[in-house]
Amino acid sequence: MNPSPPTMRPATWTPAIRMGLSISVATGLYGISFGALAVAAGLTVWQAMALSLLMFTGGSQFAFIGVIAGGGAGSAALGAAALLGVRNAVYGMQLNAMFAPTGWRKAVAAQLTIDESAATAAGQTAPDEQRRGFWTAGLGVFVLWNLFTLLGAVLGDALGDPRRWGLDGAAVAAFLALLWPRLQQCEPVALAVLCGVVTALAVPLLPPGLPILLAAVVGAAWGWWVRSPDAPSVREEAAP
Amino acid sequence: MTLWTAILLACAATYLTKLAGYAVPARWLQNPRMARVAGAITVALLSALTVMNAFAAGTALVLDARLAALGVAALALWLRLPFLLVVVLGAAAAGLVRWWG
Repeated sequence: MNPSPPTMRPATWTPAIRMGLSISVATGLYGISFGALAVAAGLTVWQAMALSLLMFTGGSQFAFIGVIAGGGAGSAALGAAALLGVRNAVYGMQLNAMFAPTGWRKAVAAQLTIDESAATAAGQTAPDEQRRGFWTAGLGVFVLWNLFTLLGAVLGDALGDPRRWGLDGAAVAAFLALLWPRLQQCEPVALAVLCGVVTALAVPLLPPGLPILLAAVVGAAWGWWVRSPDAPSVREEAAP
Repeated sequence: MTLWTAILLACAATYLTKLAGYAVPARWLQNPRMARVAGAITVALLSALTVMNAFAAGTALVLDARLAALGVAALALWLRLPFLLVVVLGAAAAGLVRWWG
């Protein structure tokens, strides 16, 4: 199909590389919202960059600054970010089964293991394409996410309150957009509604950050006890 | 705990979590119950994050311009618009409501 290996020339790019690059652009640009919101939450530009470079998993990063912005303690922010990152371990298991990186590649692959890179790999069938998709999306999102975090954090000061520009609306839309593809069947819809209600009820009662952890516990219990023939497998979930 | 301590500990925790995935034998995933738990936790967390971001202000629940973002985003997703456009429309909806309000 493609006799010569891919190079920097677009003509040699495989479908996995093209998909990885488009996902990189779509996700990377959103880093501007993270940078601006992080600064608005009271973080310095360096603290925002540390989160994008070292944590590098959007959901956990937004959860961290969300707790801080709500006046929560650093320990609560830590707990929310760590718990939200648990799904990356599941992606790591899948990716390890796909192309088993070794040595320093495993250490780098682990850092690049996020929703987008795992989804790009899972969307391919050939092992070579799974590997290319993972690295293209992982590296592409990493570079753009960090560049746009810096831009957002620096502009954040100039823009003033990012809420004025609707950037808190962007966060709402992004989380709904990440949730949406998982709501193809009745069972996950019921679970999502239940957890939304639990979260809303818990917000006035618990310190910031804990309602999300409570929803996670409800989700784990649901997965453990509720048996449903149309429950999605992890592999289906990771598909784009 | 200072903010920097919390940031660095949280980064270490998320990286070790990612790395742990590569250390786990693949056959664990073939246990259908664990796969269900992992999938359910993801749906639960994303739903909770959506609600938190749309309605929470500290420990209070409020209805403000973010409700418009939620509605417009849902409509855009129902119309199968791409991810980036959904996010931009959500921001535009919240921004416009604030500008008029």
